[in-house]
Amino acid sequence: MRTINSNNPFGDSHQHHVLSVLVQNRPGVLARVSGLFARRGYNIYSLAVAPTDDVDYSRITIVVDISATPLEQIVKQLFKLIDVVRITELDPRKSVERELMLATVRIDGEHRGQIVELANIFEAKVLAVGSDAISLSMDGTPEKIDDFEELLKGYGIVESQRTGRVALPKLEREARKGALKGKAS
Amino acid sequence: MSNKETLTGAEALIRSLEMENVEIMFGLPGGCILPAYDPLLKSSIRHILVRHEQGAGHMAQGYAHVTGRPGVAMVTSGPAATNMVTPLCDAFMDSIPMICITGQVPTTAIGTDAFQECDTVGITRSVTKHNELIMHPDDIPMAVRQAFHIATTGRPGPVLLDVPKDVLQNTMTWTWPTDEEVIASLPGYKPTTKGHPKMIKEAAKLILASEKPLLYIGGGVLKARAADVVRELAELLQIPVVTTLMARGAFPDSHPLCLGMPGMHGNATAITAMQKSDLLINFGARFDDRVTGKVSTFAPDAKVIHVDIDPAEQGKVRKPDVPIVGDCRIVVEEILKSVQELLAEGSTQVNIDPWRSKVSGWREKFPVAYDQSEPGGRLKPQFCLEKLRDAAPEGTIVVSGVGQHQMWTSLFWKFNEPYTWVNSGGLGTMGFSVPAAIGAKAARPDRTVWAIDGDGCFQMTAQELVTASTEGIHIKVAILNNTYLGMVRQWQEMFYGERYSEVNLAGCPDFVKWAEAMGCVGIRVDSVEEIDGAIELANSINDRSVVIDFRVEEFEKVFPMVPAGQSNDDVLLHPSQESDRGLLR
Repeated sequence: MRTINSNNPFGDSHQHHVLSVLVQNRPGVLARVSGLFARRGYNIYSLAVAPTDDVDYSRITIVVDISATPLEQIVKQLFKLIDVVRITELDPRKSVERELMLATVRIDGEHRGQIVELANIFEAKVLAVGSDAISLSMDGTPEKIDDFEELLKGYGIVESQRTGRVALPKLEREARKGALKGKAS
Repeated sequence: MSNKETLTGAEALIRSLEMENVEIMFGLPGGCILPAYDPLLKSSIRHILVRHEQGAGHMAQGYAHVTGRPGVAMVTSGPAATNMVTPLCDAFMDSIPMICITGQVPTTAIGTDAFQECDTVGITRSVTKHNELIMHPDDIPMAVRQAFHIATTGRPGPVLLDVPKDVLQNTMTWTWPTDEEVIASLPGYKPTTKGHPKMIKEAAKLILASEKPLLYIGGGVLKARAADVVRELAELLQIPVVTTLMARGAFPDSHPLCLGMPGMHGNATAITAMQKSDLLINFGARFDDRVTGKVSTFAPDAKVIHVDIDPAEQGKVRKPDVPIVGDCRIVVEEILKSVQELLAEGSTQVNIDPWRSKVSGWREKFPVAYDQSEPGGRLKPQFCLEKLRDAAPEGTIVVSGVGQHQMWTSLFWKFNEPYTWVNSGGLGTMGFSVPAAIGAKAARPDRTVWAIDGDGCFQMTAQELVTASTEGIHIKVAILNNTYLGMVRQWQEMFYGERYSEVNLAGCPDFVKWAEAMGCVGIRVDSVEEIDGAIELANSINDRSVVIDFRVEEFEKVFPMVPAGQSNDDVLLHPSQESDRGLLR
């Protein structure tokens, strides 16, 4: 699986960008936002959406693989959407990022102990245990989840699902300098 | 409270439009929008019944072009909504304020593939500034207010409201939101109108220091109603002006500083002045590819001041040295003030006389040219246009379609007044002119409106002349009929080795008979001798629309021309001027 954190997926010339987009919580807003990427032929790597503490607003966290120049134009176009209130580009070094993964892994008698041990090391939880499979959940940084997933692959992942990352700026003041004020036209 | 009025959604919709001072709307009813047509019977709004929904959209555009007020179109769901996609996209590209109301199947039927159902908001999302599906009749007044606010402020554009049939039929309690409530309901929409003071000062200094300044003005000057201020600045500093296709008329062609249109089919002086300038002062233009030619060789020595209300235009094509986001009128007023202050403080403008005399030299040497027809030969379209222009009454509004005739009109007409030129610039919609001319005439019944059309364009939307006849909106149409898709033919001649593929429109209907069948006067002009009489007759008829079929030279080409993707430096001049090309240095 191509992941954004491991195996240098984008080569050296690319850097992934994380956009945190505050929108009015209304029908169609996700389609408006994602449409701006789609019409230019860019793929959204991951996307997480949920209402904020104020239910009138939602926050969309978008991870994209786009070089800086086209991204600047897309961000400006995003600002033009009436439902978009604020956009913040999060520098991965200056933000806290979390992701959740659920995975069901094949087991046989001799490996069950190993997988549980692994889960303990990664602070993952055992959700269910069957005779030939075990379901786990783990939350953490996307990098740590990559590592855990890689190790689980050796046992045989039956099914897995990741949420895509959510992120907030770190509390240090300089982490907030990247915040862009919303402007529309 | 007992004095609150209960209305149906349909009544609330029509009342909301009245509250927004809508006087005219263009439309065609159908199943889902039916409820809204009933309260229209007793409304103050004049409804103009079109023959095709696309016509309603272009009429609304024509209305908006000449008034600056949003044009309103109302149609039903499904095919009517899809027929509206082209005008919406056209309005979006050219920043035309427009409100489109579409019917939708009842909320209970949405998503069931009901009769005449389509995902209108999904289909029109990328061709509107904003769109909205209204799910409750209580929401109608706010949605209408928001639509007008969004369509007319910031960078103007089309807004679509999709209204399900049951939302029109159900009742609501009437309230009319205040301005504050409208603005509070749109927390993500705050257009910047005032320019940054530091940038404005910077711009003023650059302008005074430039040896070869050029004002590059676009449609934004007209949208911001800034033509008079731009002229004041140009005259104060004697800076030459180029007017893009969207800005024809924003600066008078008769003015000694006016160089006319730049770009792919611009005139040699305007194109070359851009290439040689050391400072492009861009007011409300967007470095369109038709203006810049090959971007990497465009105006290589020029610094750029870019004034645009849309932040996304800053740096989209050309990185500005001084970006100013704001309303053109407000910003240009500030720049003018800043220039005046600098001059009052003792700053002086660099001598630009050498630049101006160079530009004048080009203009003298490279007027827009064409070969007159041989005696007994076919009519030259340019000659017909000059005749039309010279006979046109003061204040005539000119509306064109898209193609060779559009470029000739822009090159040969003299536009001396803002809002007298209507065309489809960004999208390049063939068939635009007849309906847009009807919309313009509906808005300005006191003006003569000439639609300059091609035979290809005319066959796309001519049926709207039936609308013109039945509604008593009398326009004049000049078809420059070369029985070809002329612009495509020109490209095939020049770039495809004269291999003509599917461009010959021989077998055109008899345009005179067709015009007569639609209740218009039809006139055919085959020879030079017939031109004056035909135009005089057309101008004298005010109780019917008139169509003149000018049978023009088939193989005439538009010059100058910058071939697509090439540098403006390599503009192809009229063959008679090519030998002087060396002077364009």
